[in-house]
Amino acid sequence: MSAGVLDIVAPGLMTSVQDLGRRGHQALGMPVAGATDPLALRLVNTLVGNDENTGALEIGFLGPAFTVNAEAVRIAFGGSAKLMLTPAGGGDVRALKPWRSALLKRGDRLAIGAVEEGSVAYLAVAGGFAIPAFMGSLSTYMRSGLGGFEGRALKAGDRLPLNTAATEGDEREMADVIDYGSGPVRVVLGPQEDRFTAKGIETFLSATYTLTKEADRMGIRLEGDSVEHVRGADIASEGVVSGSIQVPGNGKPIILMADRQTTGGYTKIATVISADLPRVGRMKPGDTLSFVAVEVAVAEAARREQEKMLRRLIDGIRTALPDVYLDLNALYTQNLISGAVDAPSGFWR
Amino acid sequence: MSAYPQIRSFGDTAFSVEFGDGIDRGVNAMVMALHAALADLKPAGLVETIPSFRALLVNYDPLLTSRADLERLVRDLFAGLKPQQRAGRLWRLPVCYANEEFGPDLKEVAERCKVTPERVIATHTGGRYFVYMLGFMPGLAYMGGLDASLHLPRRSSPRTKVPQSSVAIAESMTTIYPWESPGGWHLLGRTPLRLFDAARAEPILLAAGDEVTYVAISTDDYAAMTRQVEQGTFDYAALQVKS
Repeated sequence: MSAGVLDIVAPGLMTSVQDLGRRGHQALGMPVAGATDPLALRLVNTLVGNDENTGALEIGFLGPAFTVNAEAVRIAFGGSAKLMLTPAGGGDVRALKPWRSALLKRGDRLAIGAVEEGSVAYLAVAGGFAIPAFMGSLSTYMRSGLGGFEGRALKAGDRLPLNTAATEGDEREMADVIDYGSGPVRVVLGPQEDRFTAKGIETFLSATYTLTKEADRMGIRLEGDSVEHVRGADIASEGVVSGSIQVPGNGKPIILMADRQTTGGYTKIATVISADLPRVGRMKPGDTLSFVAVEVAVAEAARREQEKMLRRLIDGIRTALPDVYLDLNALYTQNLISGAVDAPSGFWR
Repeated sequence: MSAYPQIRSFGDTAFSVEFGDGIDRGVNAMVMALHAALADLKPAGLVETIPSFRALLVNYDPLLTSRADLERLVRDLFAGLKPQQRAGRLWRLPVCYANEEFGPDLKEVAERCKVTPERVIATHTGGRYFVYMLGFMPGLAYMGGLDASLHLPRRSSPRTKVPQSSVAIAESMTTIYPWESPGGWHLLGRTPLRLFDAARAEPILLAAGDEVTYVAISTDDYAAMTRQVEQGTFDYAALQVKS
């Protein structure tokens, strides 16, 4: 017996099922794919009580609209967009909060608007989607039509099957927001830094680059000062990673992202450190960035710090206050109480 | 330049180990030896390794290990590394050359190599090819060992659509396209097989380290095998030559 489906009324611009990626098959040429912003994916899954690696909807630029064709489904949206809920049978449309779980009932319709900060957002459902894993993962690799929901981005009319029916209970919310970092994007030079002139490396580390329209889940082409090679841009094909920065013959860097091919034959000047990849993945065409070089050990430490931040956010997830019809008096009281509790204890002695 | 093996940085999630320059069986045998050694050892924090012509990419989880620790472990393996890799499989793959639609470049290859099309087919089926690596798309195998008489650079203008299962050559390599895709290699024929089939228990047929020979089949055989492949009844295991 099925737990019901989400009926996709409007697909959004680029909505696909993603988990943390398809690992372990790259030696066979199978790309990893997976969430562009794994931090947000892990948090929305946690909000609805899922394993962090559960497949959820990754929403690019514009969100989908769907109707609940199930007894009930618990959802959480991570990102910034307007979430308009039209209750079953009509009634007042109300806005849902991001980063907070919510129970939707049969016939409810949720419309997710444009992504306002960054380019991606996530929608998790408690229990996940009832979609078979392909090569161990639910991530969609659209270029080859593999994984996820029929190997492609969602279309109007799709019916996404749910694993479990949700029941009434406490909702959960995040107490704080993700800090994606700021400033120049940190990179580790290499693997082919010796294939660029000193001037080329200086250009790369001092120029400001703009994201072109050719920025998608596969890679981000940058526009800006050309990076000078010593000789040619071709190498014998070799494995690449998310964050690899290829520089082809025209000298314009390309940052490889989640849907990258497993191997590539262009010289790579540097690699974006893993802690800065979610921030880069959230950027939009027209955004600008510059690069700064760090050592591998610094990059590893930054990643450990980011993981600590994520653990703090997860530990801080709390039972949500009911979000409907709080009267002003109640809100005022809540603020007073919370102010008193949060204040340093010494202040009151 | 420092001596091989040489380690190169790929940020904080990977490093590569280069064993030499160019496309060379001896160099690749060391790549495959380290690939196999790490698969056996499964050190903590190792995510996966990607073999290529002359380098092994070692992917790791920086929350479970560090570059310093894993690099030390890899360097300790160098001394014991023997270039005789784990025996790969030997495949006999059927190819239909007898259809101009399947091998639109056969005549041109023959002309440019100054031999007859029959000679091109005989040379291509007479070779024993080595899968150096997979990449570019799921299941695409770069197979080396093409006879020097057939070496040609890639086409100056790549095709926007190469049909799935096309058998092709370029430079010292031969390959079979697992998917319809753009491609710049010279198309000699087509196999009824699918190098990638999501419906198979093992969707990807070939692995790095395998060896491949081609056997010419008639258009009738091609049609019969295609039916079996489409019905999911084709016995892929029977293509392996038992040693």
